[in-house]
Amino acid sequence: MKFAVVVFPGSNCDHDAYHAAKHVLGQDAKFVWHKETSLGDADVVILPGGFSHGDYLRTGAIARFSPVMAAVRQFADAGRPVLGVCNGFQILLECGMLPGAMLRNRDLKFHCAFVHVRVEKTDTPFTLLATEGQVLKLPIAHGEGNYYAAPEVIKDLEASGRIVFRYASPEGEVSDDSNPNGSVNDIAGICSEQRNVVGLMPHPERACEHAMGSSDGLLLFESVVKSLATQSTLQAVGK
Amino acid sequence: MSVIDAAVLVRHGLKPDEYDRIVSLLGREPNLTELGLFSVMWSEHCSYKSSRVHLRTLPTTGPRVLQGPGENAGAVDIGDGLAAVFKIESHNHPSFIEPYQGAATGVGGIIRDIFTMGARPIALLDALRFGPPSEPRSRRILQGVVRGIGGYGNSIGIPTVGGEVMFDETYSGNPLVNVFCLGIAKHEALVKGRASGVGNPVYYVGAKTGRDGIHGATMASAEFDDKLDEKRPAVQVGDPFMEKLLLEACLEVLTTDACVGMQDMGAAGLSCATSETGSRGEVGVEIDVVLVPQRETGMTPYEIMLSESQERMLLIVKRGREADVERVFEKWDLHAVRIGEVIEEQVLRVKENGVVVAEVPNRALADEAPVYKRPFHEPANRRELQQIPAGELQAVQKPQDAFLTLLGTPTIASKRWIFEQYDHMVRTNTIAAAGASAAVVRVKGTQKALAMSVDGNGRFVQLDPRQGAKLALAEAARNVACAGGAPIGATNCLNFGNPERPEIMWQFAEAVAGLGEACRALDIPITGGNVSLYNETDGKAILPTPVIGVVGLIEDATRTLTRKFPEAGLDIVVLGENLGELGGSEYLKSIHGLVRGVPPVLNLEREAAVQRLLVDWAARGLVRSAHDCAEGGLAVTLAECCFETDGVGADVDVAPAAGDGGFDRLTATLFGESATRVVVSIAAGQTAEVLAQAAAAGVPATRIGSTGGPAVRISVGGATVIDCALKAAEERWATGLEAWLAGRAA
Repeated sequence: MKFAVVVFPGSNCDHDAYHAAKHVLGQDAKFVWHKETSLGDADVVILPGGFSHGDYLRTGAIARFSPVMAAVRQFADAGRPVLGVCNGFQILLECGMLPGAMLRNRDLKFHCAFVHVRVEKTDTPFTLLATEGQVLKLPIAHGEGNYYAAPEVIKDLEASGRIVFRYASPEGEVSDDSNPNGSVNDIAGICSEQRNVVGLMPHPERACEHAMGSSDGLLLFESVVKSLATQSTLQAVGK
Repeated sequence: MSVIDAAVLVRHGLKPDEYDRIVSLLGREPNLTELGLFSVMWSEHCSYKSSRVHLRTLPTTGPRVLQGPGENAGAVDIGDGLAAVFKIESHNHPSFIEPYQGAATGVGGIIRDIFTMGARPIALLDALRFGPPSEPRSRRILQGVVRGIGGYGNSIGIPTVGGEVMFDETYSGNPLVNVFCLGIAKHEALVKGRASGVGNPVYYVGAKTGRDGIHGATMASAEFDDKLDEKRPAVQVGDPFMEKLLLEACLEVLTTDACVGMQDMGAAGLSCATSETGSRGEVGVEIDVVLVPQRETGMTPYEIMLSESQERMLLIVKRGREADVERVFEKWDLHAVRIGEVIEEQVLRVKENGVVVAEVPNRALADEAPVYKRPFHEPANRRELQQIPAGELQAVQKPQDAFLTLLGTPTIASKRWIFEQYDHMVRTNTIAAAGASAAVVRVKGTQKALAMSVDGNGRFVQLDPRQGAKLALAEAARNVACAGGAPIGATNCLNFGNPERPEIMWQFAEAVAGLGEACRALDIPITGGNVSLYNETDGKAILPTPVIGVVGLIEDATRTLTRKFPEAGLDIVVLGENLGELGGSEYLKSIHGLVRGVPPVLNLEREAAVQRLLVDWAARGLVRSAHDCAEGGLAVTLAECCFETDGVGADVDVAPAAGDGGFDRLTATLFGESATRVVVSIAAGQTAEVLAQAAAAGVPATRIGSTGGPAVRISVGGATVIDCALKAAEERWATGLEAWLAGRAA
């Protein structure tokens, strides 16, 4: 499997995503510069965390105009897996590949800490190895992770089962106490209608090795590898 | 005729005899632009004119040292063909004037120093000092500084993994912001900030030049008074995104082999970068200021040369390789402009549209600043300060109440409120972050990890500068050893008051002497650092605060230790001796409001032995946790070992301290801050081996109890004096700082 990690000039979790895919998972991985117009032989695309173009305007607001994003959209439209982490999630929102917007954290402070999220849906390529309700320990590191969307959008997201992760207690209890940033309905991550585009604020790539405090994030990477393997097997047997 | 009169000299911070020296070096009167160059390059900040004679005495060499002081940062060998490149620097004055930008640009400046050496920065630490958080102004400064550090470090993607914060009234009008950065480079990739090759082009890269920060270095070399607001324009504004581009582009360009030298434009901007690269390379540099990218119109050569606009670098490129360099900077959408070339004559020649507007020998600027042997003498009140009126000080609180009070003091309480605002995990190397004895990052591609600690207790230095500086180095090294790291190098940031006052100069001279003595005894070279003088407001100096950063090498990253008791049922052993020393202690400060007494004694030979044992035991997995005994003494240290665990308490019984300094013995035993003490936890079966090895090394070691239980229970001589539910103790510690910041505590 080939992971493509898109590099915007201000990406700073690009190396971490690459490291997780290449060195922890042992998969093939490459960087794709934001000025490229093609993703080449990528099987899965990661939009990493960081401050894509400085983000002095709104987070991700300028990144949507990077040449590579046309290719990312095409890739996603073809039903292939795209993961946006933190700033990558913000970019997916800005370019309309996922609905909603990010507000500043409700206490107006940047937060870097481990949190817990509950996996709500296992029918995305990044969660298929999880069980519904499974709790993952993942770090967050953001100042603008307070997810917001209009009430009718939220209603639609809930109804169509597109809320993939919610902030929760270590026991899986969803409550305001476990919500680090004020996100509406405790949303930590969502997916597209086709379910192949997933965005989340926590950093699974930072939680792939025990020495880093948690290896729960591996689940997202292993899931997509499994998803791709299943697909290629299906293709090989001509289904 | 000259436009330079006495008033012009005063504005430039130059003394009449310094002006005479300039005239004699040039053989003529300088013009105003040239005077500007001298004023910044000869400022205390750039020239170390008051400190140099003392700094020369520090040990700076060793088998691992690849680069000592004199370059942008020091470098030590860590094996595998890699070097750890690190330095600490202050940004105190700007952070008082404008806390957010002052702190942010402090972070930016030290990061540039590291990647200028060709190293990829991987860790930041901060040593911060503020006035008491009961003061609204100090709270505002703290909040601004913390946001500034986070704003810059988080954006650029270098984790802030540790540091320390202390509070004292003397920092109210002069906070300290000392930033440490560490990077990793291959040996052969290390770059120097020197020009070479006559005819090689000189490139300017990065942000445009504006009028910000003109005379920043001069400002940093003066005391504060009530005209503070007028100085705000001398503080620069940081752009971490620009620095991120500059960092990536510079590291990429260094892989092309097209550069012979690189120098960042920090203090004194272009003046410093051009004259220092020329001076180090024994060549000259000629530039034309009209070629310098400018973001304002009508800038004079004087302003361009003295601007301290951030995120700019100077590159010396191999002739014929210009296209390789330009291609990389174009990729990152950065300016890369040829502004001049290397010349044979050892001068800095500044032209404007081809007309020479300044020409000064490099060495005159970079190396021939006056060196002052400033007079010094012991302060008259020293003996008085060293007396504790112990007889008058009753134990005003029961031991358990004092224990809880101490856990909630801003200096001891958890700094989570601060470090959660810093991204301390990006780059996925962080094994132990803020809140541990030392911060630990792994070195990818090897089995190794690096432990780092910054320490400096200004109270001890105030009471005995020589002893205090020794204790600072010993504590930083001990913290690193507690994580399992063998100390391999140190960097220092020496924050003092006005050196023109003999008693301040005495503090400085004594502290440097003590630092050198401790470095030699522990075999830790100083590879660079920074001096910050004139830390005074309205004639009141800060506590003399040498902050020492020590880097330690952990051969096997999986053997890293933290302070936390990992499980119940382990033996607790304390290394070292409890002499019941309360001089300069947190107890005296917090409970009695006093900074008095004699700091703890330090046996450097024993210190070295303790550190060797810790590194060896960690490598062999013989001990399970280790924590240095510092502020708050043994009682607070034991509690800290229990915090942030899975509720693992402690139950110990210790012998009364060997001394009491005139206090009641119990207080001295619990809260005295005797040095060279470490609390370790050990699987019961291995305690005998640990005790035997300690004995063989001449280190006192005593089993005092075991881990576990729901409380922190401390008995002295069989009588229980503290029996506090762990939850209650931890609550006090975890929320202490926030309570102060919210104005709830007093």
